[in-house]
Amino acid sequence: MATIPADHEGFDAHHHHDAHDHDHKPSFFARWFMSTNHKDIGTLYLIFAIFAGIVGGAVSGIMRAELAQPGIQYLGAVASFLGEKNPSFDQQLHLWNVLITAHGLIMVFFMVMPAIIGGFGNWFVPIMIGAPDMAFPRMNNISFWLTFVGFCSLMFSAFVPGGVGNGAGTGWTVYAPLSTSGSVGPAVDFAIFSLHLAGAGSILGAINFITTIFNMRAPGMTLHKMPLFVWSVLVTAFLLLLSLPVLAAAITMLLTDRNFGTTFFDPAGGGDPILYQHLFWFFGHPEVYIMILPGFGIISQIISTFSKKPVFGYLGMAYAMVAIGVVGFIVWAHHMYTTGLDVNTKMYFTAATMVIAVPTGIKIFSWIATMWGGSLEFKSPMVWAIGFIFLFTLGGVTGVVLANGGIDDNLQDTYYVVAHFHYVLSLGAVTSLFAGFYYWFPKMSGRMHSEFLAHLQFWVFFVGVNLIFFPMHFLGANGMPRRYPDYAPAFEHWNKVATDGYMIMSVSIVIFLINIAYAFLAGKKAEANYWGEGATTLEWTLSSPPPFHQFETLPVIDAKAAH
Amino acid sequence: MSVATATQGRGSNRKVALIAAGGALAMLGLGYASVPLYRLFCQATGFNGTTQRSTAAQADSVKVTARPVRVRFDANVASGMPWQFRPEQVTQDGRIGERKMAFFIAKNTSAHPIIGRATFNVTPEQTGAYFHKIQCFCFNEQRLEPGQEVRMPVIYYVDPAMLDDANAKDIGEITLSYTFHEAAGTAPVPAAK
Repeated sequence: MATIPADHEGFDAHHHHDAHDHDHKPSFFARWFMSTNHKDIGTLYLIFAIFAGIVGGAVSGIMRAELAQPGIQYLGAVASFLGEKNPSFDQQLHLWNVLITAHGLIMVFFMVMPAIIGGFGNWFVPIMIGAPDMAFPRMNNISFWLTFVGFCSLMFSAFVPGGVGNGAGTGWTVYAPLSTSGSVGPAVDFAIFSLHLAGAGSILGAINFITTIFNMRAPGMTLHKMPLFVWSVLVTAFLLLLSLPVLAAAITMLLTDRNFGTTFFDPAGGGDPILYQHLFWFFGHPEVYIMILPGFGIISQIISTFSKKPVFGYLGMAYAMVAIGVVGFIVWAHHMYTTGLDVNTKMYFTAATMVIAVPTGIKIFSWIATMWGGSLEFKSPMVWAIGFIFLFTLGGVTGVVLANGGIDDNLQDTYYVVAHFHYVLSLGAVTSLFAGFYYWFPKMSGRMHSEFLAHLQFWVFFVGVNLIFFPMHFLGANGMPRRYPDYAPAFEHWNKVATDGYMIMSVSIVIFLINIAYAFLAGKKAEANYWGEGATTLEWTLSSPPPFHQFETLPVIDAKAAH
Repeated sequence: MSVATATQGRGSNRKVALIAAGGALAMLGLGYASVPLYRLFCQATGFNGTTQRSTAAQADSVKVTARPVRVRFDANVASGMPWQFRPEQVTQDGRIGERKMAFFIAKNTSAHPIIGRATFNVTPEQTGAYFHKIQCFCFNEQRLEPGQEVRMPVIYYVDPAMLDDANAKDIGEITLSYTFHEAAGTAPVPAAK
């Protein structure tokens, strides 16, 4: 995180020496639908992610309502609403599968990834390395629209037959044979197509980020001077580049198994359904790091800014992310402990999985060490960031529990697993998203949000999500299986608490939307560096919002500048 | 930024992007290559209880030991497969290294000919590397006419090398399981004798 001399401020923003408007903003349609500007594309990604997040969140609202008490209460009404006349009991249960599938796919591919990589990555990676734009601006635009069309394909799948009822009811993992011979009808094809599109968009995005970060850094911005957020996006881009094609291969095989008579995963033709699980999780495990690593980067920037100190152990932080990325590729079978792995294989995957706790621990300790002795300022992004550390650590601890092949035999597919991955993703990644949003929103929009509402949202969100997910540890440890709309009456109490927690959490989303509206309607104009002396990366040398084209004269990074 | 550096940057951008795209394509290829690789890996290591296949000559060179071993037989059909399929004997007692023959009986209960393909494995899974089949109906597809019943042999032995494997040497009973599936999209082949 290079320190830029103060006279750089407004270098580009006020550099209008020509008589005409220097920004050359295109007309509305050309600007937003044919965009090649990394900031505009980032904005599109963020708007899209907020919209998809609301859809995915509404789906989980239906799920929590249904789970508030034993028995089936709402699925019939929802199925009728979605166009199934007099849904049979089996069709109602199928709808449940469709809901959990939609929730998972939307949140992973159309909320977290677009927001954290497409949104914040596009907005701030070029600025933080002092580049005028991404390396391939048109490809950047293609990436966004592929993601958008992928989302449309997934939404469309809910209205065509997918076996027992409408929609793809396979879970986000799309395991064969449920997704092949178990789901007749085009819904699963559309869901797979949606993953192809979103995956292609992400691979193109990854190529773009790698090229941008390797080739377009400003003079003096060496790899070891890059802000940690840029490092995190670089590692993420490599994970995307190497894992998504494997998913593409696996789901293409599913597609040909379904439609063209191949038997990759069908034992009747000599295939093996377990192979699909290996391929899926070879992608799926790096995927969970894809969702959280950029969050790590955001948190590093924020903790450093509001401690008014450089990050503790910068190189350790950067290479911890590299280590997490590398080891993330060789632990996939810990998602498959109950598929019949022998004891040695389980032992290896248990040990390898636990090794990931080491670089992750380095990061947690370095964040705490950054705060230690710092001049702390509890602005809203900092509060969200500290909340992230707490929630992510909690999810990490249950992850180490689940890493044990022996314990996982008992906890596989229970709510304990649901609690674990929601603590690291729904609470971890999403908290880092809100932290990043409040950190950068005034920079992106030029308007200050309300700090009061941002703090209020944090506390309401924090209470809400913990009420939703902490009881799931108890439910899972007591054996409540996941992926069912009904459960034994003994589990009612904590399920009711979780549903109450959902209501509280949804209030926090309303506060969030009000805060955005407030900022645009009545927010103060944001200065260039509204967080003050702790904010030292290049985006703070530009106006808020930054000029349409920044760094036409490249900034030069001082060789002695601190990280 | 001067024009010269801009063009230079673009050329080198293309290079980095092509290398990255090549990496993505290689991973796509690896995804497909994993299909045969996975099969080879299972056959080579006995992973997931994949049994071994050997010739009669190889079996002749195996020394019979004094250690008794019981083999239990399991037979079932995939859902929707209109065959009856059962082992003629529930268990068979032998010694490690000894060559044994077991019989399975399959009957087509439907009114049309059906080609079946049997999948197989052994449990405990760590015995897969030591369970050798010399002859098996699972090596070929089986075609049964309507109402036809066949008696099919399996000739096998348990490799004495199992006694040197710390994870497998204490095992006294091995279950050999078969599942018949209706062969998907294959042309009829003559029934194996």
